[in-house]
Amino acid sequence: MIEVIKISKSFGANKVLDDVSATFETGKVNLIIGASGQGKSVLAKCIVGLHEVDEGQILYDGQDFCQMDHNERREIRKEIGMLFQGAALFDSMTVEQNIMFPLTMFTKMTRKEMLDRTNFCLERVNLSGRNKLFPAECSGGMQKRIAIARAIAMNPKYLFCDEPNSGLDPQTSILIDALIKEITYEYNITTIVITHDMNSVIEIGDNINFIYKGKNWWQGNNKSIVTTENQEVGDFVYASDFMKQIRSKLA
Amino acid sequence: MKLYINLAVTVKIIGNIGKYCIMLWIVFSKPEKFRIFRKRTFEEIQTIGINSLPIVALMSVFIGGVIALQTASNMDNPILPDYTIGYITRSSTILELSPTIISLILAGKVGSNVASEIGTMRITEQIDALEIMGVNSLTYLVLPKIVAAVIFFPILIVFSMTLGLVGGWLSLIISNLSTTETYVLGIRYYFKTGDIVYALTKTVVFGFLIVSISSFYGYYSKGGSLDVGRSSTEAVVSSSIAILLANFLLTQMILL
Repeated sequence: MIEVIKISKSFGANKVLDDVSATFETGKVNLIIGASGQGKSVLAKCIVGLHEVDEGQILYDGQDFCQMDHNERREIRKEIGMLFQGAALFDSMTVEQNIMFPLTMFTKMTRKEMLDRTNFCLERVNLSGRNKLFPAECSGGMQKRIAIARAIAMNPKYLFCDEPNSGLDPQTSILIDALIKEITYEYNITTIVITHDMNSVIEIGDNINFIYKGKNWWQGNNKSIVTTENQEVGDFVYASDFMKQIRSKLA
Repeated sequence: MKLYINLAVTVKIIGNIGKYCIMLWIVFSKPEKFRIFRKRTFEEIQTIGINSLPIVALMSVFIGGVIALQTASNMDNPILPDYTIGYITRSSTILELSPTIISLILAGKVGSNVASEIGTMRITEQIDALEIMGVNSLTYLVLPKIVAAVIFFPILIVFSMTLGLVGGWLSLIISNLSTTETYVLGIRYYFKTGDIVYALTKTVVFGFLIVSISSFYGYYSKGGSLDVGRSSTEAVVSSSIAILLANFLLTQMILL
């Protein structure tokens, strides 16, 4: 479980996060949603330590990440898998080398064991046999799936996904969402997904945190979000004409 | 207003120097796994060093040739012996042209390559991915490049010195301005091993400066592809200035 307690973060005079608290539960897909520029990516980057918070605590299973030194943080980070918005695969490495990379760096596995693990991860994301391709030879959806395979290679306790569906067609987005959900339940991972894709919100949002003006404005799940009376959440969820029509039908 | 701009520029330069020193402090941390570090170093020797051999060879032959021809064309004084051409070509090549000019050329080739490679990794979040995995990205990416440059640049410069002298010989023979015996006599005349030590010491420092400064600009790139291009240009300009300054300081310290 990851707990964020009263964190604040400013860039110069711009206060991006203001006293944000949230709990991300284990074995659930936890979403951070909100419009662009509201601070959701900054929140995620603070949680993984890519940004230092100005105030507050970030607890990984009760351990305060903000108080840890560099080496202690590295130990926690070895338990984190992250899927970046642009996949962030290493260009110079093949698919196989990308997935093997964390295993090579941090385990004492033999080459055969690493290869078995890589093949297992590739199979898990339905990309068996694509070992020797380079990232540039893969489509956007494939790159995202390879990044998921790399993220789960080390059996992480925490999985972060930064806008996993951006730039993907609706069908591939559904596949990626389903994969994230399956992996979370199967391996009992604490998964945090940053998204503004409403389809993902409805499909996989076990626990949803709506970030608005740098604050955790609303918390709920994929059922309560469609019926909430909260004005700002309602504006976000029913932003399109199509969703507005659905709301009027629901009403 | 002007004073304010000058002050802002000075503060920025001092800030960058501080940031560069902190970067170096982190770069020289213990690598995660020595086996991977060794493999990465050999890969960088290939990219930074061996791939630079053709341009170094081409430049060295022509520079050596031109130096020999210019010296020969200015040898009007009958007091000066014929072997002076070889002597001057050797001294110019070993002391300055190979270590400094070739390093400046490498600052362009290797510097822009290093800055754009690391800069692209930064803007495509590959460096963030390394950090999230718990990898010290600076040690993983930059240290093998620095070690490769420090090891291989002296080899490149010895290669350049040799080819420069060969270029000088070729140009003199083709132009019929001297004989092989006279040229070789000039090359061997009053030869000091210290000159080679001086040149190679300079080269090691230049190699370190080129790669570390270029890595610095690449690593702290922000924005998009345009900014990576800008970082690459700044890397080449800054490493060239650093080479010229270091050349002056090292010459003061070693030769005088």
